[in-house]
Parts: sequence; C-alpha cells; structure tokens
Amino acid sequence: MARRDFSVSALPGFGTIAVIAFVLLYAPIVTMVIYSFNDSESVALWGGFSTRWYAAAWENTQVQEATIRSLIIAVSAALIATTVATMAALGTTRRGKFKGQTIIYIMINQPLMVPEIVTAVALLIFFAAIKVATGIQGLGYLILAHSAFCVPFAYLPIRARLEGMDMTLETAAADLYASPWQTFRRITLPLLAPGIAAGAMLSFVISLDDVIITEFVKSAGQDTLPTYMLGQLRRAVTPEVNAISTALLVLTVLLLTAFFLLTRRRG
Amino acid sequence: MTENAAVEVQKASRVYGAGSSAVRALDEVSLTIRRGEFFTLLGPSGCGKTTLLRLIAGFETPTTGQILIDGKDVSQTPPNQRRVNTVFQSYALFPHLTVSQNIGFGLEMLGRPRAQIKDAVARMLALVKMEKMADRRPQMLSGGQQQRVALARALAPEPEVLLLDEPLSALDLKLRKEMQLELKRLQTETGITFVFVTHDQEEALTMSDRIGVMSAGNLLQVGAPREIYNRPVNRFVADFIGETNFLTATIRNGIPRLSNGEAVQAKGPARLDGKTVTLAVRPEQVRIDPEGPIHATIAQTVYFGTDTHCHLRLADGTELVARLQSPPSGDIGLKAGEKVRIGFVPGAVQMLEG
Repeated sequence: MARRDFSVSALPGFGTIAVIAFVLLYAPIVTMVIYSFNDSESVALWGGFSTRWYAAAWENTQVQEATIRSLIIAVSAALIATTVATMAALGTTRRGKFKGQTIIYIMINQPLMVPEIVTAVALLIFFAAIKVATGIQGLGYLILAHSAFCVPFAYLPIRARLEGMDMTLETAAADLYASPWQTFRRITLPLLAPGIAAGAMLSFVISLDDVIITEFVKSAGQDTLPTYMLGQLRRAVTPEVNAISTALLVLTVLLLTAFFLLTRRRG
Repeated sequence: MTENAAVEVQKASRVYGAGSSAVRALDEVSLTIRRGEFFTLLGPSGCGKTTLLRLIAGFETPTTGQILIDGKDVSQTPPNQRRVNTVFQSYALFPHLTVSQNIGFGLEMLGRPRAQIKDAVARMLALVKMEKMADRRPQMLSGGQQQRVALARALAPEPEVLLLDEPLSALDLKLRKEMQLELKRLQTETGITFVFVTHDQEEALTMSDRIGVMSAGNLLQVGAPREIYNRPVNRFVADFIGETNFLTATIRNGIPRLSNGEAVQAKGPARLDGKTVTLAVRPEQVRIDPEGPIHATIAQTVYFGTDTHCHLRLADGTELVARLQSPPSGDIGLKAGEKVRIGFVPGAVQMLEG
C-alpha cells in the first residue's frame, strides 16, 4: 500500500481524550453502584459494605407497587408501540415511493424531535379533557402516552431491518403460490423478527425510565419506579435510591445487550 | 387461440410512468411459446425481456394487451394463482428455511399433503443432485448450489411454465457452461416449458429450441438458433448474434455491387434493383481467395489459437474481419499491408434492408 489508511487513533491526544471520555461517562455510575452497597445512612460517607439497602428496597411496598406498575406500563407500551411501528414500517417500505413520504417519516419520528416537556404538557391537557368528559381513570392513560413516544424507537430498527431485506423474497413467495397473508406470515414476519424484538426491547427500556411524561400524566397513586425515586430525592436521600438505580441499570444493560446482539445478527 | 401453446402474449405493452416521462418498456409484443419448448428471450439490458418475463409471471400487469397461459387470459391474475414458477437472477432463496423447506414451499402453499411434499422434495433433491445439502441453510451453499436449489424449488410444484431470469449470470464461466447443460437436461427430463431470459447470445444459441430477439421493447425476430444466426432479419439481429461484417452495396441487374463496382457473390431480388442494401457476412464465411472478386488490403492479423482473425480493408474503406483457421505452423502467412483478393462462401451473404 502506498498510503496508510486514515486512522483517528494516530492523531495526537487520541488515547488521552478517550480515557477522559470514558471516565466522565462511567465514574458517576461506578460511584452510584459502589454506594448502593454502603452500610451508612449517608449517600456520601462510606460506612462499610452491606446489602441492606437492597433488602430495604425489596421489602418496601411502595417500591414493589411502583416496580409492578412500571413493568405493566413498559410491557404494554412496548407491545402497542411495536405493533404500530411494524405496520408503519411495512407501510413505508413495502410499496413504491409516494407523495409526502418524507412528511410521513417526520410524523412517525415526531416524538424524537419535539421536546419531551412539550409532549408532556400536551398529553396532560389532552388527557385531562378526556378524563373530565368520560370520567374514566386508570393506568390506560400512562400506557397510551408511553406507547406514543415509544413508536419511533420501535420503528427505526424495524424499518432498518425491512430496508435490508430483499423484496424479491416476497415476490418469490407469491410466485410459489403463497397468498399475501401467507407471504407475510411465512416470509416477511420471520425475517423481520429480530428487528421487531429489537424494537420492542428498545421501547421497553425507554418506557421503563421515562420521568417527564409520566410525571405529568400520572394521577395520584400512579407512581412508576422513576417517579417514585424522584419523589424520594425530594425528601431524605438514602442509599436505597442507589440500590434501586443499580437494579434498574442491570436490567437495562441486559436488555440493551440483547438488543445489540439481535440487531447485529443478520438473517 | 393457438393449439399447443403454453404462453401467448397478445399485443402486450408495459408503460412505466405517465405523460412526457413515460417509458415504454414493452411495445405491443405478440408471441406464442409452444408447450414443452426451451424458449429464450435474448437482448441487451433494457430491451424489455425481463419486463415480458414479469408479465408472464404476474409480478406486473400489462398496460394494454393480454397474457394467456394454457389458453386462459391471466392478465389480471395475481402470481400466486398462476401455474408458473420463476428462477430469480438473485435466486431469492428463503434464508430462514432449509434447502428442503425451500423446495417444499410451493407445494406447501398449494396445500398438498405432507407425504406428497416429502416425496416431491426428495425427487427434486435427486434431480439437482443436492441430497446431501437437504438440511443446510441457503447461505451455507455456494453460488452453483444455490442455483440448483432455486431450480428445484421452482420445478417442485410442476408448473406449466418455468421462467428463468438470467439465472446463470452470477456464476463463473466454467460453472455456467455446466449449468447450461444441466438446464437443458432438466428441461428435457421434465418436459416443462422453459422461458429463459439472457443477454448472452452464446447461451441462447446452445440451449434454446427457439429464440426471440428483443430490442427497445420490441420483438425483432423469433426462430430456431440456426435460423436466427444464419438468416437474421435485420442489422440489429445480425450484429447482436455473433460477429458480423456489414457491407454497403447497390443492386444492379440483380447483383449487389460495392461502390467501386466489384460484384458480391449474392443474389438480389430484381425488385431491389437500383436500391442500396446492407450485406451481412459472418467472419468465418470470408475466404482469402486468389480468384475472389473483391480486392482488399490486410490491415492486421490477430492470433487466437485455433483461429486467426484477419482484419481487411476494402477499396471503399470498409473494414472486414475474416476468421481463418490457423494452420499447424500457427502462421497464416499474411502480413499487414499485403494486397489480397477475397470471396465469400456461397450462400453466406445476407441481404438486409435498412
């Protein structure tokens, strides 16, 4: 080779900057994890190793309820968002170019671009009107709100997967006597499955840690885990919050690792 | 309706787009493909051959005109309801299914009993010699093997017509030659009508019972390979199939003469007297002949092993290639600049109007 390929690692200071970046990213998380095992009441002073805050969190009925509520909302929102996103992705890739395609893309991805606080306020007002008009209460509002902002997160990996799929496969299925439904069921869906799973997992994680929209939309007694934690911080901060955060971190890391593996594997 | 026709294309057109930007991919093409024949659609890329194939398969509907399969108008019938199967250029094997599942897919969709599918798959695997690969996934197979699976998958439901869209283009030369023989064998063994699309004239000549030559959305000539090669209807066909020399001549008293008056050994119909025509002659039909009627100068000789190509220049400046068999010494004994006389093998000259 006449010329070495360009590599950023050859630039001066590359290593140093990389190390600083990683330290900035992970030092706070590592500190949080370490202090979740702190025996002391303080979040800042080390008082020896203990798992008592995990035990405390585990036995705290408010934490239990908030966790269950978070999981119900996240699972429901992930299911709804993934279904909607799958249909949207099919509708935008399995057909010819059409007028207003770009507008449709923007509209589907709108929750990614509009400030979350704006969506939150809008949902608060919108749902308040519905609540007054119908008198219906319950978790439904939170599930719907979460479903809405999860759609783009589910849509992106599903659409990426569909765009990478050879449409000739569907033509071949039709050629081999498969009806449109059979083609979808036997060819498109199985090949799309990793994308759908990735979309569902991403939605689940996004829903699980949402604070802003939940805080605005929830009624009294509808705390999710993140809003409960936020509430706790307003009072005395104990390492219990560290313990819950660490548990949440572990769950998220596991899911995102699965997401990464699923999207990397190519059918 | 024509007796014994597998596919009939009646004045089929396919137009893409509308208004001034409309593209006429197929222009009122009519064609009858006989039952059990190996028919090849031959032409350069963009000539409409693939569009015609997609119309027969049902992936597209004709803008005007009809497609008949087995005597029935299927112009508006979706592909899954046509007894036609396709071997795709990219093979389009289902990556999440095994070789056996791929081959059985069509029969499964037709709702055939499990036992029958199993038998058919086993028969197909044997037919394309892929028994050992039955449980593999397509991505674990070589290009040639994928090709065989694609063939088996399309043949398994025993279609009326098998469509092949340039299926050999992705294979290397040696494998392509093998597959050409293989395809011909499969066609003879199964007796299924094959409609093969290619831009490779040699492939078309070696495999087909009949060839349809296409250009710019039109079907120019349909005939047996020998007919197409030896009796091309126009300059495009003569030029596209094999190598051809073209000469401009004027007919005088039934004899075509070059601009310097030299007569060409060919007969011109009296009705063309006084008209200018194009003469086509294959390089292998040109002879260096001391008694020949035409004077030429050797421009260059190119050694090809079995043959030597002799580039000649005529008095009127026309360039001509003669393909001469190389003698045992390998040297045909002709030097650039040498003046020679040439003639054409009797009956070899084709007169083309336009």
